[in-house]
Amino acid sequence: MLQEIVISGFGGQGVLSMGKILAYSGIMEGKEVSWFPAYGPEQRGGTANVTVILSDKPISSPIVDLYDIVIVLNQPSLDKFESKVKPGGTLIYDDYGIRRKPARKDIHVFKIEAMDESMKMNNTKVFNMLVLGGLLKILPMIKLENVMKGLKKSLPKRHRKLLSMNEEAIVHGMEIISREG
Amino acid sequence: MDKNELTGAETLVYAKPRLVNDTEMHYCPGCSHGVVHHLVAEVIDELGWAEKTIGVSPVGCAVFAHKYVDIDWQQAAHGRAPAVATAIKRLNPDKMVFTYQGDGDLAAIGTAETIHAANRGENIAIIFINNAIYGMTGGQMAPTTLNQMVTTTCPEGRDPRIMGNPLKIVDMLALLDGVCLATRQSVHTAAAVKKTKRMIKLAFENAMANKGTSIVEVVSSCNAGWRMNPVDANNWMAENMLSVFPVGDLKNL
Amino acid sequence: MSEEISLMKGNEAIAHAAVRYGADGYFGYPITPQSEIIETLMELAPWKTTGMIVMQAESELAAINMVYGGAGCGKAVMTSSSSTGMSLKMEGISYIAAGELPCLLVNVMRGGPGLGTIQPSQSDYFQTVKGGGHGDYRLITLAPYSVQEMADFVALGFDLAFKYRTPSMILTDGVIGQMMEKVRLPEFKRRRSEEEIRKQCPWATLGRTPDRAPNFLTTLEMDSSLMEQRNIHLQAKYKEIQQNEVRYQEVLCDDADYLLVAFGSAARICLKTVDLARAEGLKVGLLRPITLWPFPSEILEKYASKVKGMLTVELNAGQMVEDVRLAVNGKMPVEHYGRLGGIVPTPDHVLEALKKLI
Repeated sequence: MLQEIVISGFGGQGVLSMGKILAYSGIMEGKEVSWFPAYGPEQRGGTANVTVILSDKPISSPIVDLYDIVIVLNQPSLDKFESKVKPGGTLIYDDYGIRRKPARKDIHVFKIEAMDESMKMNNTKVFNMLVLGGLLKILPMIKLENVMKGLKKSLPKRHRKLLSMNEEAIVHGMEIISREG
Repeated sequence: MDKNELTGAETLVYAKPRLVNDTEMHYCPGCSHGVVHHLVAEVIDELGWAEKTIGVSPVGCAVFAHKYVDIDWQQAAHGRAPAVATAIKRLNPDKMVFTYQGDGDLAAIGTAETIHAANRGENIAIIFINNAIYGMTGGQMAPTTLNQMVTTTCPEGRDPRIMGNPLKIVDMLALLDGVCLATRQSVHTAAAVKKTKRMIKLAFENAMANKGTSIVEVVSSCNAGWRMNPVDANNWMAENMLSVFPVGDLKNL
Repeated sequence: MSEEISLMKGNEAIAHAAVRYGADGYFGYPITPQSEIIETLMELAPWKTTGMIVMQAESELAAINMVYGGAGCGKAVMTSSSSTGMSLKMEGISYIAAGELPCLLVNVMRGGPGLGTIQPSQSDYFQTVKGGGHGDYRLITLAPYSVQEMADFVALGFDLAFKYRTPSMILTDGVIGQMMEKVRLPEFKRRRSEEEIRKQCPWATLGRTPDRAPNFLTTLEMDSSLMEQRNIHLQAKYKEIQQNEVRYQEVLCDDADYLLVAFGSAARICLKTVDLARAEGLKVGLLRPITLWPFPSEILEKYASKVKGMLTVELNAGQMVEDVRLAVNGKMPVEHYGRLGGIVPTPDHVLEALKKLI
C-alpha cells in the first residue's frame, strides 16, 4: 500500500494538524509515514498545505508530483491541486466558498460540507476532524481504532479533554461525505 | 647602595604578584595595562581563587594577557568576550569568570555582547580599560576618544558632528537591572591604584556570589598611542579625561 | 536506541537527541526554518533534568562565541542556524577550528544569497566544505537525509568532534528539518562530570589546578614560522579524518549504467527517481555522500570506470558537482541538475533531467 496525500486549505483550518493525526494513525497501523508541510508565512493566514505519505515500505521522496488523494478546503487550493490528482485518484473538497467546481472526469470526486456542518454544530474547531472522518469513510486505509489512537497520541497532553469531541467529529464526518463524480 | 641593598627585603615596598610570571610584557613602558594586570593577579591570589578562575582576554593590546598571569584563559574574538564569558560561567557556575577588555573591544565592536550580557545579569566581572584610543593597531579613534583629540583616523581631532561624542558606556550599563556594580576608577596615582584594586576585588566577589554583572572601568593612559612620555600622559589623562569620564561608583548594590 | 517510535520533525529530533546525548549547552538565535530546535529545547527544559543549559543569545555572533567559550571548557556544546545566520557565525567557526575545539554546528539551509527565502536549499555546500570562514580549515560535514539520521548524527557529530578536536557540522535543509517521520530516539546518556572532562580534555580551561601549567586558548600567533607549524598540524589532522571518516550510501549502484549523486533532501527525491527509472527499464543507481567533507571521492572514482555518466542533483546552481568532477577526473561526463531559490524538484523532474543525459 502506498498513499500519497495532500491536504490544502487556509492557514488556521487545521490542515497541518489533520495531516499529523493521519500520520500518527498510520504509525499505529504499522505503516511508514512522512509529513511535509509547505512551511512559512502560510501558517499565519495564507494557504497552507501538507503532504502525507502512508506506505507499507520505507518512503523514498517526501515530495511528489502527483497525489493519490487530494483534499482541498478552499478555492485557491482547488485551483492549485486539481491537476495534481493521479488519473483514477481521489479529490475531496468542501464547497464552502467554492465558486468553480472540480471539472476533471478521470478522477473520483467527493464533496464534504464540513464547514457548514461545523458551524451548525457551533464548533468550527472540529472542522478538520469532520474532513478526516470523510476521508476515512471513502478510503478506509486505517482502522478506526488506530485513528483514535493516533488522535490521542498527537494531541498535546493539555488538550486531552478535547479527545472525545474530536472522536465524535471523525465519526460524524463519515456520515456527511457524498460522491459527486 | 648597591642593587642588592636596594631590592632587599627591608627596602621592599612592593613585590611582584605570585600569579604574574617572568615573561617580559609587550606593553609599552608607562602603559596602564601592566598595573591593572598586577591588580587582577593580586586579587585572584588574595582571594585564593587561582584554581577556579577563568579569564577571557580580548582582541586589543591585552590579547596576550594569558602570557603574563598564570591562570586559565580564553582569548575571545574581537568584542565577543562577554558572550564567551557568559557560556563559561553558565556551564561552570562555581567558577569565577571575568573578561578583560579595551574600549574598542567592549564599546565599539562588542557593544551588543556587552549590553546583553549585562542586561541578563551574567554573573561575571568585566574589567574595562578605557584609554580613549586603539593602542594595538597603532592609535586610531576609539568610541571613547575625546572631542578634538587627535588620532590617526581623526588627524584634525575628533569632530563630534561627524564622529559622535565619547561613548559613556558604563553610565549606560549602570542603568541595567542586571548590573550590580558599575564603577569608574583610574590607576594614575598610588591612591587611585589602591581604590581600583578594592573595586576589582568587589567585582570578583560579586561574580562568585552570583550577584549579577560587575563592570570596573579603568580610565587609563596610552602614552605611545597619544605620542607622549609616560609622565605627560598621566598628567594629560588627569586633566582631560577625568572631566569626561569622572571616577566614582555609578552603581554599587 | 529507545524502543518507542515517535513522530517528529527533523528539527525536533535534533533537540531531543542533543539532550539524550548528554550535551552540556545549546546557544542559538531564532531563524526559519530551524527555530523548532531551540523551541523544542526550551520546551524540554533539560536544565531541570540533565543539567544541559539552553540559551537564546542576542545574535548569531554571540551564540557562536558562546559555543567557543563552552567548547574551550571541554563541554559538549552546540548551536544551530540557517544559511543567513550561519554566515554570521563563520568568523567564530574559523576561531573554533583554529582553537581545535570540539562542538556541533547545525545548518538547516534555506535559499540565498542575501536574506533569500525561507524555503529549502542546499546552496551552502561551498560555504561549509570549502571554508566559509577565513583560513585553511575544514569542517566534518554530515548530511542527514531522514529524521532518524537527524537524531543519529547528533551523537556521531559530537563523537567525531571530540575524537579529532574539531567542529562538526550537520548540514541539512528545510525539507529534512520541517518534515515529520518516524524516529527512534537514542537512549539517555549521562553528562560528563568535571573530573571526566578534565581527564578527557586536559586542554580545557576549567581553572588551573596545582598539578598543571595554566591552560590558555588562543588562535593568535605572531610568529609566522610557528603559525605555519600550527597549520601543518591542522592539515595532518584533516588528512587523518579524510582517511578514516568517509561515509556514503550506495543504492542499486552495482549494475547501474548511470549514477545519480545527491545528498540530504535531494537524495531522498532521487531515491524515488531511481524507482521510476528502473520501472522504465533504465539501470540507474544513487550514490549518496553522507559525509560531504571528507568527500567520498574514491568510490566515485571507482564508479567512473563502470558507468556511462553521472548526474548530480542539488538544490543549488551546481556546487557538489565540482567535487564529483574532481573525483572522476574527466573519465566520463558529469552533469548537474538543480533548482534554485527554495524550489524543490520532484522525482519526475529529476527523471526528465536524467533522460536528457542518457
